Amino acid sequence: MSLIVKNGFVYDPSNGIDGEKIDIFIQDGKIVEKVDEHKAQIIDATGMVVMPGGVDIHTHIAGAEVNTGRLLRPEDHFQDVEPKTVITRSGVGHSIPSTFTTGYRYARMGYTTTITPSMPPLLARHTHEELDDTPIVDKAAFPLLGDSWFVLEYLRDNLIEECSAFVAWMIRATKGYAVKIVNPGGIEAWGFGRNVRNIDDTVPYFNITPREIIRGLCRVNQVLHLPHSVHIHTNNLGKPGNYVTALETMKCVEDLAAGDKPVIHITHCQFSSFKGHDWRTLESGAEEISRYVNRHSHISLDMGQVVFTDTTTMTADGPFQYGLHQLSGNKWVNGDVETETSAGIVPFTYHRKSYVHATQWSIGLELALLIDDPWKIFLTTDHPNAAPFTTYPFIIAWLMSKTARERTMRRINKKARSKSLLGSIKREYTFHQAAIATRAGQAKALGLKNKGHLGIGADADVSIYNFNPEKLDPSRKFITLRKAFERAAYTIKRGEIVVRDGQVVKSVNGKTFWVNPQVSTSLMKSLDDLKGRFQEYYTVQFENYPISESHLASPSSIQVKAEM
Amino acid sequence: MFILRSRYNFTVPVEAECITCDVFSVKSLEEIRSLLVWEGNRQRRLDELFEVEYTGKDKDDETAMKMSGDLSKVRRIGNGMTHGKIIIEANAGSNLGANMTGGSLLVYGNAGSWLGSSMRGGKIEVMGNAGDYVAAPYRGSTEGMRRGEIIIHGDVGNESGNFMRGGFIKIGGNASQFLGIHMRDGTILVNGNSDRRVGAEMVNGRIIVCGHVSEILPTFAIDDLRPSVKIDSERINGPFYRFVGDLAEEGEGKLFISKPSNPHLGFYEQYL
Repeated sequence: MSLIVKNGFVYDPSNGIDGEKIDIFIQDGKIVEKVDEHKAQIIDATGMVVMPGGVDIHTHIAGAEVNTGRLLRPEDHFQDVEPKTVITRSGVGHSIPSTFTTGYRYARMGYTTTITPSMPPLLARHTHEELDDTPIVDKAAFPLLGDSWFVLEYLRDNLIEECSAFVAWMIRATKGYAVKIVNPGGIEAWGFGRNVRNIDDTVPYFNITPREIIRGLCRVNQVLHLPHSVHIHTNNLGKPGNYVTALETMKCVEDLAAGDKPVIHITHCQFSSFKGHDWRTLESGAEEISRYVNRHSHISLDMGQVVFTDTTTMTADGPFQYGLHQLSGNKWVNGDVETETSAGIVPFTYHRKSYVHATQWSIGLELALLIDDPWKIFLTTDHPNAAPFTTYPFIIAWLMSKTARERTMRRINKKARSKSLLGSIKREYTFHQAAIATRAGQAKALGLKNKGHLGIGADADVSIYNFNPEKLDPSRKFITLRKAFERAAYTIKRGEIVVRDGQVVKSVNGKTFWVNPQVSTSLMKSLDDLKGRFQEYYTVQFENYPISESHLASPSSIQVKAEM
Repeated sequence: MFILRSRYNFTVPVEAECITCDVFSVKSLEEIRSLLVWEGNRQRRLDELFEVEYTGKDKDDETAMKMSGDLSKVRRIGNGMTHGKIIIEANAGSNLGANMTGGSLLVYGNAGSWLGSSMRGGKIEVMGNAGDYVAAPYRGSTEGMRRGEIIIHGDVGNESGNFMRGGFIKIGGNASQFLGIHMRDGTILVNGNSDRRVGAEMVNGRIIVCGHVSEILPTFAIDDLRPSVKIDSERINGPFYRFVGDLAEEGEGKLFISKPSNPHLGFYEQYL
């Protein structure tokens, strides 16, 4: 089947196209140079914005944690119900929607690729089963490896190559995509009721520091040539004064930088940019973080933007979630995944009138606006931690319109407003920059070569929004802009129209990307003792641990060759 | 006044959240008759289930409604209502007056469970008994009743006043277990007896029991002996033992338990 998207204003930052009127030709799910106009279906995008399909680098949409969140929150399902239609299944959930609804809602906003960033390796099977039930969007999952006993032992003994072999085996076994680290060392310490205070604190019983874990895994990442950098949730997340830890985390891998490719991705950076001694003296550390990021090229970030709404926080950072439960008094879940990681879930509401919440809202936007290069900071809400992903259109409006920001500023906590830097920031994102922050930059950071752009050979994931940049000024017409991003005029997934006028018209299955690192057989031999140690550490047999590719509904493997 | 009479005895639940004065006041009689409700898994017009009549405007110009027949399976009457008056001359089903913010509901029979669920204002009066979870929010939610008044002349079931955050509940008869569980604020008055575990996990608010309570949770501490309790302008004469708790939640909720009706709690006086 062939398609032509005609007359739209195309924003394709990866190929340097900035709002030009170009026709996009699609054949058999790929962008091509030309198709036969008589045989092709034509989409008239006159007066509309055409972008590559949206990419979300960090969104908790599947897995044990998300599902436990669903169990914990019947009231979340009750407040948001979607009945079935001829095409779509029914579903429920505001902050943690059911799998099918998640896929539909992403597609309605023009998003076509989503990455679930915290998959406990032991529970990978469950995660992939849920991802298989998330329609339309392409997916990938990051296994949590920062607190795995094996990794800690290899890194303690400075066995980078052996650790690389293990990580390669783990990524292959769990059908993962990249290395995710959450509160390095802290989660293991939490197993003994403790936490680490900074990146040079020692992890109990392992005699290793978070710095060694981060550096070690960054080197492993480089050895394995994984497409994405190490994806890290910093120590001390969500604590006043933690911007120092975030800066130290970035600094500790400065010397590992090689070429243009970032070595580390600091995720939901808003939660790691708090200045002050306690909640009363909390201030934004966005200025310090952005100053550092502007001067260095070995880092990428995502926002973790807070939106004032009722949501559910969930991370593998057990001690953080325990603290949040103590702070809010809300119900909670805390879990431990054998020798690998922990997890916590606490429902949470961000209030406009709360000083802390309003400051957090401000920090996220300050980061996005003070970091000059949009290829370094991406739009996320750490769904559902800072807000559900359905609030992305609000954030796009705040980034693209100073008036929209001022309008919200007027309604937030007074003290937070007076301390916020936002009032003095005049910058407004252009469509070009917004396209980088929501698709091109994220795809580049993930190393997904066929995503996030509309060049020849790219996957035909296209989103079309009904907003005329020639006639309307996004800065003033931010409500129209927001509504356009809420309901894509068209979403095209692999060459098929899946959304028209904000309604799902076809449900297709997305692919699951996984990385298959090739490691020399001699090095794989170093894992010979793994089986024995596995027997000792795990409740699962070594043979039963890996997931076969046939277990995934539509897998797509990416081969990488390790340099060993 | 609108008169609604059920046409037959319902055997499956009827979800009728459209039966509110807010909806009726802005629609013509024909539009009201064609409103859609679910009977079990089938969608039906309102006039397939009820005879709907209109007798003209009332004196005070308030939208009023009188319902009769078999309503014990009809759920969500008066859902989210902001004004007007509904008189139910029968037993009403569950979730009666859920989320209502104003207006009044009067039930001459019994009411089902989840009466006044997450209520935000207005008044509900039930002449008979009410089921479980009076004023409680939906499962999992902590946003219970905030304002308004619920008066039940009969008995109530378990977990009444769950997560209550304000307002007033008056129970003429007896209350079952876990009265005022997770209560955050507001007042509950029981003229009759209450089953065990009154005020479990309460953080704040007041529960007054004039009748018998078999035992007080060990996480409540006696605090005082009060001659009477004042609720707005009304004074309830005691004397009452006053307990503070639930200490397991570091709560400061107050339990007022009648001294004359509970001689077996006399041993607490030694701790005063």
